[in-house]
Amino acid sequence: MNIVVCVKYVPDAQSDRSFNEADNTTDREGVEGLLSELDEYAVEEALKIAEAGEGEVTVVTVGPEQAVNAVKKALQMGAHKAVHVSDEAIHGSDAAATSLILAEAVKKAAGDGTPDLVITGMSSTDGVMGVVPAMLAERLGLPQVTYASELTLHGDKVSIRRDGDAASETIESTLPALVSVTDQINEPRYPSFKGIMAAKKKPVETWSLADLGVDAGRVGLDAAWTKVTSFAKRPPREQGQLVTDEGDGGTKLAEFLSAQKFL
Amino acid sequence: MAADAQHPLDLFGIDGLLSADDRDMRDTVRAFLDAEVRPHVPGWFEAGSVPVRELAPRFGELGLLGMHLEGYGCAGTSATAYGLACAELEAVDSGIRSLVSVQGSLAMFAIHHFGSEEQKQEWLPRMAAGEAIGCFGLTEPDFGSNPAGMRTRARRDGDDWVLDGSKMWITNGSVADVAVVWARTDDSDGSTVRGFVVPTDTPGFSAPEITGKLSLRASVTAELVLEGVRLPASAMLPEARGLSGPLSCLSEARFGIVFGALGAARDALEVTIAYTQDREIFDKPLAGYQITQTKLADMTLELGKGMLLALHLGALKDAGTLRPEQVSLGKLNSCREAIAIARECRTLLGANGIALEYSPMRHANNLESVLTYEGTSEVHQLVVGQALTGLPAFR
Repeated sequence: MNIVVCVKYVPDAQSDRSFNEADNTTDREGVEGLLSELDEYAVEEALKIAEAGEGEVTVVTVGPEQAVNAVKKALQMGAHKAVHVSDEAIHGSDAAATSLILAEAVKKAAGDGTPDLVITGMSSTDGVMGVVPAMLAERLGLPQVTYASELTLHGDKVSIRRDGDAASETIESTLPALVSVTDQINEPRYPSFKGIMAAKKKPVETWSLADLGVDAGRVGLDAAWTKVTSFAKRPPREQGQLVTDEGDGGTKLAEFLSAQKFL
Repeated sequence: MAADAQHPLDLFGIDGLLSADDRDMRDTVRAFLDAEVRPHVPGWFEAGSVPVRELAPRFGELGLLGMHLEGYGCAGTSATAYGLACAELEAVDSGIRSLVSVQGSLAMFAIHHFGSEEQKQEWLPRMAAGEAIGCFGLTEPDFGSNPAGMRTRARRDGDDWVLDGSKMWITNGSVADVAVVWARTDDSDGSTVRGFVVPTDTPGFSAPEITGKLSLRASVTAELVLEGVRLPASAMLPEARGLSGPLSCLSEARFGIVFGALGAARDALEVTIAYTQDREIFDKPLAGYQITQTKLADMTLELGKGMLLALHLGALKDAGTLRPEQVSLGKLNSCREAIAIARECRTLLGANGIALEYSPMRHANNLESVLTYEGTSEVHQLVVGQALTGLPAFR
């Protein structure tokens, strides 16, 4: 089974994230980056499938030079090979353009065909739009099976469990298909030392837009359907309200929660 | 931490001295420990127990156990990577690092270096995976710095060996599946020290746990009692003859401590810097006072100097030229400075410093053991003294 996992290199959510003053895009220079945590679940699920049978896992990312670190982490976890699409013209791309580039990269990574399975995270931890999986499935002409909290393969079908507020659905699709996974689906592994050392020897291909046959005019900030026009730092949090318990702490707490419409 | 405040080791540009692999492995160990181990340590320390059997397989998955050994399921990393992992482990707790040191550098190293092919095949893959726990018995109740005086005896009986004696302060002793035990033989070709691979379910072997410790409370420590423990001839480590065998194992473990102790010091310092920035005394943060800053500066200087020495020793070990007296320099420096740092940190924490919630005093207590085991500071001073003068002055 050929599995392609699409991952994103994002600014570390633990650090002080901001926008680039020059063009209001995400600042990727002044902050540490890493493989989006939500994408670790996608990598883990692909590795589990590959390890349970015959399979090869290819990891694809689109992003600036340092984004290669995202696929390197996936290779350390155990993925077999990686693709990094990098091109100056991609800077500032929106979700629609990103899905266009990813679609071409996925096809090329699968030898100009379609892999058996494309797995993604449920959303990035920086943009948090969660639309790229659906857009990518549409561009690849694949059934989209999103927000999987459990994934089972049987023969040429994949079934997933999607947990909603009111009910859990079981959804089945033929393969090939695109599945996006939630952070409930598994427990991503830490890269082992052997994995870290082996990753250096695994192939990482770097492709430009030209390599993918994507017109640079269709991507990037100028082609984006939406733009950030301005931004302002969130004001620092104000000190909370201290409630002194004089025997009526519980009542005061309930009154506060009620006033905030939590109760 | 204030926006323009730097981490102590960043002042020294330490990360720039590491290879990408070594740095990635260190970061993985740190992320794993922060999520899976660190939150539990104060509780284990207070309870005086640690779930070795649960931790070992997790450590094995990462590749921490016997990580710098080659083959038999071991990861085969650089010695520097092993040192950095020890620093991360000991930044959490010296007891956790001890677990890994004893498994990898003492028990596994002894079998890897001195064992028969059968012994290696039988034990190393399971020990690397954390499925089998090992311990190492050299020290005796009356013989610490003078292992040559050991009373544990291995007596030949037909083809078998019969072991009698006792070992003391044995990390992992009461949870181990296998003990590497050193004993004096009374063989036909003279008396010497030999190593034996002893499955702990062998009749006559017992390992009562030592309780009442004020140090390394998140670590299992036991006595080993050997009463007529009968072993086949194949249980002897064929390639080790004399004290140089166990002493070379200790040199391995000491190398890890060179880094490890500094990990404890780093954690104590990080906790303390954060505390002093937050804690207001009179009308401003404790960190804003000159006395605080001179203490922090001096501690940072010793931590960074120690780390630079450790990395230098790591480079020598990776080049295959590290000598035992050089390991002594590192062990002496790291332990002595780390315990001084941990104690000084406690003073900055004031009364809060005695609470389990803050790590410095726990580290300081642990480092009392680390200062003493694997060669006391005084013994390492004498090793260095002998290297300088050519005159042994141990007795």
